[in-house]
Amino acid sequence: MALETYEKRAQAAQQTASPASAVEGATAGGELLVLRNIRRHFQTKRHDTLALDNVSLSISEGEFVCLVGPSGCGKSTLLNIVAGLDHPDEGEALFDGRPITKPGRERIVVFQEPALYPWLNVRANVELGLKIAGRKKSERKQLADRYISLVNLRRFEKAYVHELSGGMKQRAQLARALAVEPRMLLMDEPFAALDAQTRDVLQQELQEITARMRTTVLFVTHNVREAVILSDRVVVMTPAPGKLKSNIPVALARPRGPDSHAVVDLAARVRSELQHDIYAAQAKEDAYAI
Amino acid sequence: MPSSATSGITVPKSEGWVARRFRDFDFGGLALKALRITLFYAALIGLWQLLFELHIWKPYLLPGPKDVWDSLRQYIDNGLLEKAIRASMQHLLIGYGISIFLGVAVGMLCGTNKYVDETVGSLVLGLQSMPSVCWLPLALIWFGLNDKAIIFVVFMGSFCAIAISARAGVQAIPPLYRRAAATMGSSRFQSVRYVLLPAMVPSMAQGLKLGWSFAWRSLMAAELLFGGKVSLGQLLETGRGNIHMSLVVAIMLVIMAIGVAVDRVFFARMEGWVQERWGTRAQLNR
Repeated sequence: MALETYEKRAQAAQQTASPASAVEGATAGGELLVLRNIRRHFQTKRHDTLALDNVSLSISEGEFVCLVGPSGCGKSTLLNIVAGLDHPDEGEALFDGRPITKPGRERIVVFQEPALYPWLNVRANVELGLKIAGRKKSERKQLADRYISLVNLRRFEKAYVHELSGGMKQRAQLARALAVEPRMLLMDEPFAALDAQTRDVLQQELQEITARMRTTVLFVTHNVREAVILSDRVVVMTPAPGKLKSNIPVALARPRGPDSHAVVDLAARVRSELQHDIYAAQAKEDAYAI
Repeated sequence: MPSSATSGITVPKSEGWVARRFRDFDFGGLALKALRITLFYAALIGLWQLLFELHIWKPYLLPGPKDVWDSLRQYIDNGLLEKAIRASMQHLLIGYGISIFLGVAVGMLCGTNKYVDETVGSLVLGLQSMPSVCWLPLALIWFGLNDKAIIFVVFMGSFCAIAISARAGVQAIPPLYRRAAATMGSSRFQSVRYVLLPAMVPSMAQGLKLGWSFAWRSLMAAELLFGGKVSLGQLLETGRGNIHMSLVVAIMLVIMAIGVAVDRVFFARMEGWVQERWGTRAQLNR
């Protein structure tokens, strides 16, 4: 059943895949998220950093977009702006046609560190989001059951956070985010702190879950292969100032394994795209230092 | 289930938690410890009785253990001790209860708002450095010669300690907890109710214990100074007035016993529960 969906999605992606050109242009149809000319700059005593410079990006309903770039390129800032946890200095951030002013459960964030509450067990953590959303007790139970099973944590639903492994914590965080049935999932390097094997497993599971649920996802990572495995489109960012550089559609059939040739090839392409900029940025810094 | 028949290994039947509890329980060690403690106190009382019978001091200055025991029995039998404990506990619980309520509220405000912290926070720190029994003269004028004055002194004794620990507690909450609450769309009230208050519990456990001991000390000072109804402090004062030192010593022992009981039973359990539930113990072991 899941496979069928993968193929359909792959075909759909192939049809809409356009050459990597206009960063803004996403697929036709309902654009869920529209960012226009976003500028964000941070000022501290010593540094004046332009984290995002004139960034525009659109994401349509059901699309899985990965933001890839070296640390400090502003990708997390961009995600925080979409989440409503940060605000742009200039530009427009629209979600479903309305400006983003504050955080909300329709754009829920899965953080890099497991943001679970240690005084609650897994089930209570998952139900908390639903409680905040004002769902009834019976509904909370039903939804928590469904999403705890979906992330394969049924056996550990009574466990407290300090009793879980890193991977289990991230599964629990994902279940909590999915349980409130958000329109968009914002994932901020959620697998970065995990060991390689756990990461592989979670990547496969996330692929399956998002394909089945057709969730719209904005996923931030510095891991190129992860981006290629997971996404329908890879958006490459460059640092100092943070800009969107290119937009690479990923029209590979799913499920995608971490070592399939197609994935490795495309990852190499994205990496070369990135490396060019990293060298350029490095050169700039060196020149500055001299 | 691995087949035990072929391998010849018998898998021990899993035991229930009661059985495990009993097996892990070191009865011998515990009995020895109890014996040592009993011997120590028996020796102490024996020494006291011996010195008393040598008549080194005049008997009314410090009575012997027998007299103390008799006074204690007398006040248990005539019901005055129970009445006094009830009255003192009432003062204490009301004053301490108000302290918890207001202390947590004020502490949270100080911990989250810079301006409140600069103003009210500095005042709380200042008040903390003053023994709360200093408030008694004012309290007697404000509330009259009644229980309210004592309750006020108890409140002033524990309020500052609780507010200070609530302030520290709210500031120690990882920002990630708030961000996670925000992304789940929680209102201000929901963040406080579901995230901030429970997240503060580990640091509050310390503050509540400290607040309790301040409240307990303030209570005794206030009751001793101010007459009126029958209370533990008042029984001490009665004993002094009647040169009834066996009563004084008996009440002192009762006061000590209550303090130890609350500490060992209530606060020790609370700390254990907090460490278990919030995983602070697991983190320490890691």
